[in-house]
Amino acid sequence: MSAPSLSTSPTTAAPVAAPHRRAALYVAEHQFRSMLNYKWTVVMVGVGTPLFYLLGIGLGLATLLDADLASGPGGPVPYVVFVAPALLASATVSVATEEFTYTVMSGFKWRRVFWGINATPVEPGSIVSGLVIAVAARMAFGSLLYLALMLAFGAVGDLWTVWLLPLVGVLGGLAFGLPLLAYASTLKDDNGQFAAVQRFVFTPLFLFSGTFYPLETLPSALHWIGWISPLWHASELGRVLSYGAVKPAWVTAVHVLVLLAFAIGGWLIARRTFTRRLR
Amino acid sequence: MVHAQSLTKKYGDFTAVDGIDFEVAPGESFGLLGPNGAGKSTTMRMVGAVSSRTGGDLSVLGLDPDTHGPQIRAQLGVVPQEDNLDAELKVRDNLIVYGRYFGLSRAVCAARADELLDFAQLTEKAQAKVDDLSGGMKRRLTIARALINTPRVLMLDEPTTGLDPQARHVLWDRLFRLKEQGTTLVVTTHYMDEAEQLCDRLVVVDHGRIMAEGSPAALIREHSSREVVELRFGSTRNAAVAAELEGVGDRIEVLPDRILIYTPSGEDALEHVSRAGLHPTTSLVRRASLEDVFLRLTGRSLIE
Ligand SMILES: Nc1ncnc2c1ncn2[C@@H]1O[C@H](COP(=O)(O)OP(=O)(O)O)[C@@H](O)[C@H]1O
Ligand SMILES: [Mg+2]
Repeated sequence: MSAPSLSTSPTTAAPVAAPHRRAALYVAEHQFRSMLNYKWTVVMVGVGTPLFYLLGIGLGLATLLDADLASGPGGPVPYVVFVAPALLASATVSVATEEFTYTVMSGFKWRRVFWGINATPVEPGSIVSGLVIAVAARMAFGSLLYLALMLAFGAVGDLWTVWLLPLVGVLGGLAFGLPLLAYASTLKDDNGQFAAVQRFVFTPLFLFSGTFYPLETLPSALHWIGWISPLWHASELGRVLSYGAVKPAWVTAVHVLVLLAFAIGGWLIARRTFTRRLR
Repeated sequence: MVHAQSLTKKYGDFTAVDGIDFEVAPGESFGLLGPNGAGKSTTMRMVGAVSSRTGGDLSVLGLDPDTHGPQIRAQLGVVPQEDNLDAELKVRDNLIVYGRYFGLSRAVCAARADELLDFAQLTEKAQAKVDDLSGGMKRRLTIARALINTPRVLMLDEPTTGLDPQARHVLWDRLFRLKEQGTTLVVTTHYMDEAEQLCDRLVVVDHGRIMAEGSPAALIREHSSREVVELRFGSTRNAAVAAELEGVGDRIEVLPDRILIYTPSGEDALEHVSRAGLHPTTSLVRRASLEDVFLRLTGRSLIE
């Protein structure tokens, strides 16, 4: 009933498999399989959020606003054009608040799958990379849906550069998400820390870092919230690409650099915390 | 296959594994028998190249875990003490996903998965959710998963702890089959019957140290008489009665609930007892086991 050779006899030398470079992809593949369990959530959130925001703002809020909040090279732009890139960025950041928190707790504690992977040739750093790949893919998917709806709603200004918006979405999501991943991987238990991140980090940033109105509208004492917020940097970068928001090139460069610094810094720390925990 | 010398693991000031030496030969079924907290899992993690040693030498499949962790893990099958199957995936998908981590193609993973489901007697459950499996089935699935990469050594950390007797026997039967095929097994357990059943050779560990080493039969021969008489007089009287039994058999152990007389012949010892005018509430003659070896070596029972 059982196959002739279930495990190699110790005399036949098994090939000494080298640690393979595709390890991170195997982890990502595993994550995708898990995501299939909540594929409808991914799709509904991906389509629903932009649809409701764009409809609500385009049909409702925007009609009440007289003031021109922002302008591109060709003069003032409609409110929905101003707000759409920031909404796209907050959508990916919102994905990060789920995937880089509960998924991590599940891997270490609830489902314990990281410990299973740990016993294979895959190194802890590759587990991190695999998670990042899978979540970045989900962010890219959400961003593309957002972009498609923005185009459908006419919520874009510059058709030449707007295609880069999903990239900004992913970068913004990772800039917020990877430090969060590093933090989540140090937690032995979820005693409401993740809900606190949602309530006391994500929501304030969403409301106070230039999503719905330019940061300059706030009292200058509060501007720092934007400066340290990956969400603000991603939103501002998105506005440059979406409708050509007018600003000096160095400011755009700073946005990119800050986002990269958050993402890379978080990634490196997460690699260390994963390694320390699993080894 | 495994060669450990003065292997040590410290957590801060606490020494979990305290300079142990052992050797595992190809095709052998090697065991670590010891109570909870003896350092068995810690040793398994060091051999499994997921935890670095604090001191000593360790070579697994001829490689040093400190420098060749991935290469070692590629050739091991690991059944951890605590199952970590992916409850979000179906039974068969658990095997396939795991095989991918060893760099196997999807086709190879699928073929192996079907073979191993058959071996683990889980073919009917292939599409079931992991959470719908019984404890014994989960354990068999974990063993199947550990075999997906055709490992050279299969490591099992307390394979049957928490299982009911029937499930244990089914699992042992599967492990015998692997043994017959020449698979090298490294097993930890705190059940002496499991150690006797599965291990060709074992070390008895306590507090991170090796107390004795040998085949189950040799250990029993060396550290115990052939037979054991178990007498119960009620917990309040045991100690007093034991004093009166002085000189019967080779040696007497007084446990909280019973007295053990170690003797070459249980019948003779029992006769002695009744001639002395003592009437235990229950008496039993049995063959000596690894439990007795452990008691002799440490003064404690394996399962407290
Ligand atoms: N990560 C750790 N940090 C600190 N102490 C540990 C850790 N892992 C195990 N120990 C301690 O080491 C000792 C041996 O543990 P373990 O190897 O799990 O024993 P066993 O598997 O034989 O029951 C125990 O006292 C345990 O509390
Ligand atoms: Mg243990």
